[in-house]
Amino acid sequence: MENQYAIEMLNITKRFPGIIANDNITLQLKKGEIHALLGENGAGKSTLMSVLFGLYQPEEGIIKKDGQVVKINDPNDANRLGIGMVHQHFKLVECFSVLDNIILGVEPNTAGFLQKAEARQKVLDLSEKYGLQVDPDAIIEDITVGMQQRTEILKMLYRENEILIFDEPTAVLTPQEIEELMQIMKGLAAEGKSILFISHKLNEIMEVADRCSVLRKGKYIGTVNIAETTKEELSRMMVGRDVEFVVAKEPAKPTDVVLNVEGMTVASKMHANNAVKNVSLQVRKGEIVCIAGIDGNGQTEFVYGISGLEPLKSGKIEFLGQDITKMPIRKRSVMGMSHIPEDRHKHGLVLDYSLENNLVLQRYFEPEFTNKAGFLKKANIRKYAERLIKEYDVRSGQGPITPARAMSGGNQQKAIIAREIDKDPKLLIAVQPTRGLDVGAIEFIHRQIVAHRDAGNAVLLVSLELEEVMSLSDRILVMYEGEIVGELDPKKTTVEELGLYMAGAKRQ
Amino acid sequence: MNEKKSLLRNDGFQTFVTSIICIILGLIVGWLALLIIEPSGAWGAIVAVIKNFFKYPSAPARLKYFGSTLAKTAPLIFCSLSVLFAYKVGLFNIGAAGQYCLGVALALYLAIVKQMPWFVCLVAGIVAGGVSGALCGLLKAYFNVNVVISGIMLNWISLYGTNLLLKPAMDPSGKDTFRLVNKAKQALLPTLGLDKLFSKNQYVTLAIPLAIVVAVIIWIVLDKTKIGYELKATGNNVNAAKYCGMKENRNIILTMVIAGGLAAMGGALYYLSDFEQWNVNASAVPGMGFNGIAAAFLGGLNPIGCLFSSYFITHITMGGGNVDLSHYCAQIADFISAVIIYLCGFVLFFKTVMNGWLKKSEEKKIARARAAAEEANKEGGNA
Repeated sequence: MENQYAIEMLNITKRFPGIIANDNITLQLKKGEIHALLGENGAGKSTLMSVLFGLYQPEEGIIKKDGQVVKINDPNDANRLGIGMVHQHFKLVECFSVLDNIILGVEPNTAGFLQKAEARQKVLDLSEKYGLQVDPDAIIEDITVGMQQRTEILKMLYRENEILIFDEPTAVLTPQEIEELMQIMKGLAAEGKSILFISHKLNEIMEVADRCSVLRKGKYIGTVNIAETTKEELSRMMVGRDVEFVVAKEPAKPTDVVLNVEGMTVASKMHANNAVKNVSLQVRKGEIVCIAGIDGNGQTEFVYGISGLEPLKSGKIEFLGQDITKMPIRKRSVMGMSHIPEDRHKHGLVLDYSLENNLVLQRYFEPEFTNKAGFLKKANIRKYAERLIKEYDVRSGQGPITPARAMSGGNQQKAIIAREIDKDPKLLIAVQPTRGLDVGAIEFIHRQIVAHRDAGNAVLLVSLELEEVMSLSDRILVMYEGEIVGELDPKKTTVEELGLYMAGAKRQ
Repeated sequence: MNEKKSLLRNDGFQTFVTSIICIILGLIVGWLALLIIEPSGAWGAIVAVIKNFFKYPSAPARLKYFGSTLAKTAPLIFCSLSVLFAYKVGLFNIGAAGQYCLGVALALYLAIVKQMPWFVCLVAGIVAGGVSGALCGLLKAYFNVNVVISGIMLNWISLYGTNLLLKPAMDPSGKDTFRLVNKAKQALLPTLGLDKLFSKNQYVTLAIPLAIVVAVIIWIVLDKTKIGYELKATGNNVNAAKYCGMKENRNIILTMVIAGGLAAMGGALYYLSDFEQWNVNASAVPGMGFNGIAAAFLGGLNPIGCLFSSYFITHITMGGGNVDLSHYCAQIADFISAVIIYLCGFVLFFKTVMNGWLKKSEEKKIARARAAAEEANKEGGNA
């Protein structure tokens, strides 16, 4: 009988000191199927993929390709076996053209001189065959995220990879682009490629996958046929309990204005145009206002302006009735502004600091943690950290003394959220607060944010995640090319309409 | 097992072990080099390096030269603390050498030309080094100029500036500045009676206990205080420091001021102890600042570790002076100590190796324990 599996990872066990990252995990990818890999943060998905790419050697278990046992010692072995991956963060050379990126590393050449014509033809053929529209001569930094992703896919196809791994591919896409990607994936599978689709998003898995394997806390929970399962069933497998999908919340009762922005303009670091153009908005007590938009439309700079990380070119910011346009960051923070930053590694954490030191990053100077002579009260810091770790379920190898660098991304995010919400701010600015988190953690954080609103505080949410925008916000402001192009009521709008505003096709 | 593990994994212990490994390796490589140059004298030379003052048969003489070694250790401690302090804040203070010069310049100028008392000379020296450090810090904070570049440039400026300033303090009989003992007694550092402890070695002064005190203070500041927390946060992630409202530019400048002040303090104290005089035609900065880099790393970037590493480096450098020169050329002493110091830079490397090795052995142990457990299970099942 012919072997029906393209790749099999059988009984894989990988241990790290003090933790079993993969405990007897089996993953069988059929030829021509789309197989979803679902699991919470720290469930062991990344470790399993690292094993597949030869970055880790498992203590137990074997990997089979087409029924033959193979040994994968490094990523080059994986490439030779036809395994390719589209990473969550693209690995493209920004200043190279699409074509140059595709042939990078396997440049066709004669005596060292590039032979691009042949490569170009091959790329064009591939893009036609699989419906992957790209302009081979466009420079990466000028094209949309969607086209960058198609470039990544073409890279795998150009190398004649048979097994394609997509690591959270939809995180950066608009609804329309996601729809396109789903079609592309289906087309690839129909052409006989085997696809491993790593995702948190149950809707997408339900739509596109044939089968789904679920991991939980390093253990293999099972594999189900998508046709025979439901979203609820999958989330139960992943989290181990029932999860609320819809954020339960009362209608907002907005009162006093907390944040008042008038005519804010912020310069861009990337181009001569302003990143934020003459934006005015208000956020009141007891409401969650969401700035929706595709990544890179000025949301980042807008938040930098409010939090004080970037100076304004013009305009005025009032916080709690006070003009804070020129106020230093520390003063804004002490006044009651919290900021969950977009980039947790750049701004949110000091990675070489311990978890406890990171948890007091916004409060270390308070009398609770520093005495009058300027000495840190380490016992208090430890106590405080232990409380936050417990309340917010921040998991780490060594508790408060774990270096932040050694924690998983999801738990780093939880630590930041714990720190910012526990400050009990009057205004919580949350930028992509649930990026990279699993449904269980997202549910928890959404409840925290709603509770914070209900306690009479203002929340300014910036999210690229449409589901989050729709379910969490009381008011949606869509930002496009640095301007607010529409204000929508989440109860009266649809994801599709929102998508049109985000893509600049519609404006009020 | 738990206890054993915690000791091997203890950072301080690891630093200690790897430093010892580096020292032994350095001695072996130095010895091999000597063997290649001239086999017959190699053993004697390396023994002389290790022995340093122990070569003297009488106890008082040994004590006296031990005192001299300590006197020369003190400035190195300051330089290593300077490098260490900046390094903890993410800056590489290669400018310590120049700051050291400026400390010397101001101290000797005020001592010999202006006839000021020692504490004025010392404070002025520290201020000069601090200002030089501040310059590096300002350039880094506001123009993002790498402190290595500005540090190296300032080293030359400081060196020739020092030469210029000290011309009037030159003893016409040679190229060096006057001995303080002859021309500026008021500027000699107090010995606090320590000279008597070391067989009347007048170079054993206040500088030595002061170096130890400063090392302890630096350790406390970095590890226990709010300002240390801020400085290290700025060094590790300047964006996060800004995000949480720290004054990141002020922190960078403050760090360089302190680092510069420390190096200059070392220079001022050393020359105010009259152990050496400044050669006003010097065409290279003294090695002290650069050795400070080696001492900081050999000491595992720990202020207390720096005390020991600085002593060790001084010990072998002074021991190098005792090498029998009938076999080797005069530069051999510096050569051997340089080889050893060079290998001392590998402390961090060996630490990484050691951690990797520990991790592997632990993984194996877990695997073995698991295999044994499974075996036991099977047997249990069979029975």
